[in-house]
Amino acid sequence: MSDARTAILGRLRAAGGAGPLPDLDTAVLERRQWPAAERAERLRKGMEAVHTEFLEATSATWPAVVRAFCDREGLKNLLFGPTCEDGAELARSWAPGGTKLMPYDRPVETFKDELFTGVDAGFTGTVGGVAETGGLLLMPGPAEPRLMSLVPPIHIALLRASTIQDTFWSAVKALGWGRSLPPNALLISGPSKTADIEQTLAYGVHGPKRLIVVLVQDLA
Amino acid sequence: MHAEKEILFRDSASKALLDPQLRANFRRAMDGLITKRRNQFPDPRDLQDLRDLSTTIRSRSLLSLPELLEQFEANCTKNGIKVHWAETCEQANNLVLSIMQAKGAKTLVKGKSMVSEEMHLNAFLESKGIEALESDLGEYIIQLDGETPSHIIMPAIHKNKDQIARQFSQKIKDAKYTEDVDELTAMARKVLREKFLKADAGLSGVNFAVAETGTLCLVENEGNGRMSTHVPPLHIAVMGLEKVVARLEDVAPLYAILTRSATGQAVSTYFNMITGPRGTDEKDGPQEVHLVILDNGRSRMYADPQLRATLRCIRCGACMNHCPVYTRIGGHAYEAIYPGPIGKMVTPQMEGVGVRHDLLHGSSLCGACAEVCPVEIPIPEILVRLRREATHEDVGSNVLGRGTGRTGTEDWAWRIWAGVLKRPALYRVAAWFATRFGKALPASAPLIKNWTRTRTKPVPARRSLSERMRAEGGSHE
Repeated sequence: MSDARTAILGRLRAAGGAGPLPDLDTAVLERRQWPAAERAERLRKGMEAVHTEFLEATSATWPAVVRAFCDREGLKNLLFGPTCEDGAELARSWAPGGTKLMPYDRPVETFKDELFTGVDAGFTGTVGGVAETGGLLLMPGPAEPRLMSLVPPIHIALLRASTIQDTFWSAVKALGWGRSLPPNALLISGPSKTADIEQTLAYGVHGPKRLIVVLVQDLA
Repeated sequence: MHAEKEILFRDSASKALLDPQLRANFRRAMDGLITKRRNQFPDPRDLQDLRDLSTTIRSRSLLSLPELLEQFEANCTKNGIKVHWAETCEQANNLVLSIMQAKGAKTLVKGKSMVSEEMHLNAFLESKGIEALESDLGEYIIQLDGETPSHIIMPAIHKNKDQIARQFSQKIKDAKYTEDVDELTAMARKVLREKFLKADAGLSGVNFAVAETGTLCLVENEGNGRMSTHVPPLHIAVMGLEKVVARLEDVAPLYAILTRSATGQAVSTYFNMITGPRGTDEKDGPQEVHLVILDNGRSRMYADPQLRATLRCIRCGACMNHCPVYTRIGGHAYEAIYPGPIGKMVTPQMEGVGVRHDLLHGSSLCGACAEVCPVEIPIPEILVRLRREATHEDVGSNVLGRGTGRTGTEDWAWRIWAGVLKRPALYRVAAWFATRFGKALPASAPLIKNWTRTRTKPVPARRSLSERMRAEGGSHE
């Protein structure tokens, strides 16, 4: 198939026209700015509009807030990443009884069926948020596998107010995502939804039916 | 994939116009989308600035397209994504098949991809004994009935709730009849989750490809795109070669204008950035990621300085939602993968301007499409250009099927017209006859009837202007 490659690139090159590139005026993106204190409120408003639920917490109380939510909802278990910092902290304070903490510490092939049918909720951290539209930024990886925020019917995400950026554009730059990206990174703005039937919104189509953001107020 | 015979848009459009249910379904949906889009752009200056920026980003990408594609390919390869190239849909289909066969994969679950529709991939794979299942809810609904999408963003928009309720109760095992949208959605969720869990491979399209990082970006609301790309052990992505942009930060404004223009959402539920297969120590994600880059006529569009603008398109569908023709007849009447204004521009360039000549004229050139296009593609100008291409063989043109839309009758009519206009004496005689007897010409006369089928017959004045000037006096000043 390298023949196809050569032919295609050859045709594109023959078309020529690689003149000087026109300048980019990004003023429209730069003027989207909010004071740090307002960002969390804006993010919350944007995400609540698409059915995201919020729980308020502080740096000290968030594990208890997560626990209280699980107990209140009567969750059987909560999938978490035992080797990531937030996951480890959650496990340290997790009292026995009630909702069981379930570590995602092995290849998915060994428990795919259970993941799809036997897990009530998944807990992940975030690497930031987007104030303009509302949205969480996640970087799944070995410590926090990709499917934790996708397969269980409830996704609980920990967000620190201090990590919220103005826009997706400024977040990409602040996180250095332009230089290198892990195998998977993503933005999530709410629970899974569809409007494919008569434009009527329905939540929980393929991914989580509920998205719970535990918002840690850590701004000085 | 060239159509041999001319496909007559006027016939299918006339048929669609007579279907009140279809018209009502589209009218409701398009009105809703127009309002939602408008609400997302409250400040006209912001909108114009964002359009200008998006247009510039897409134009810049196209200016250095071959270099960006090479950089993108090199970075994908470095990240462990295997890149394949296809000049035609046939090549692309065979690539997907051989990638699947190499892994012994028998079932494929698909996220939404217009390029795979362009390839007719499902039919191809099924002929090779591979099950290809659509998982986007809208695509799933139309696949159950063996239909094609009627809109590029909302493929099942031509159906209403009652029609879907009936369809589900007949075609999904153990499904009861319900018109409740949440319950219908839950039924599809149950069927498709089982498929995600068991599928040997997943397929997706690509909304944006980032050269500097070697990343595939996917925009979606349902989560089926993430399911298709992260759950099965093999992920195959297909994309048109125009999708690449230089940097991830260039994607941000394109993404912002895409969701707002398409569905009136400030942001989609998911924006998924895939930069490689399952990494060392990762516990999930596909073991292999393959990417097929498809040409299918795009390099031909690229070679023409005016038609190159076609490739700026980010497939938002705003041109359809605002098109007075599309809104009234829906997507199927176009008998093409891409309907609406974007389809009228792309389809004749991919299949030939001769066989798709009729499509080029199915537009009033009102310009609504160009006015809302987030990347400012001058669609009416391109249509006018392609109308000429269909009947002329201009030097330097490389448009597929150029000149083949010319018909003997039309040729003959223009020749007579020119001949009369060039000879003053003949012109005066013809004008005398037209003014005196034009009224008597029946609307059903040959040639005339092509015009009068949908319009009133023009009646010439009793005396021509020059006759009146001579009779009533006046000068040429």
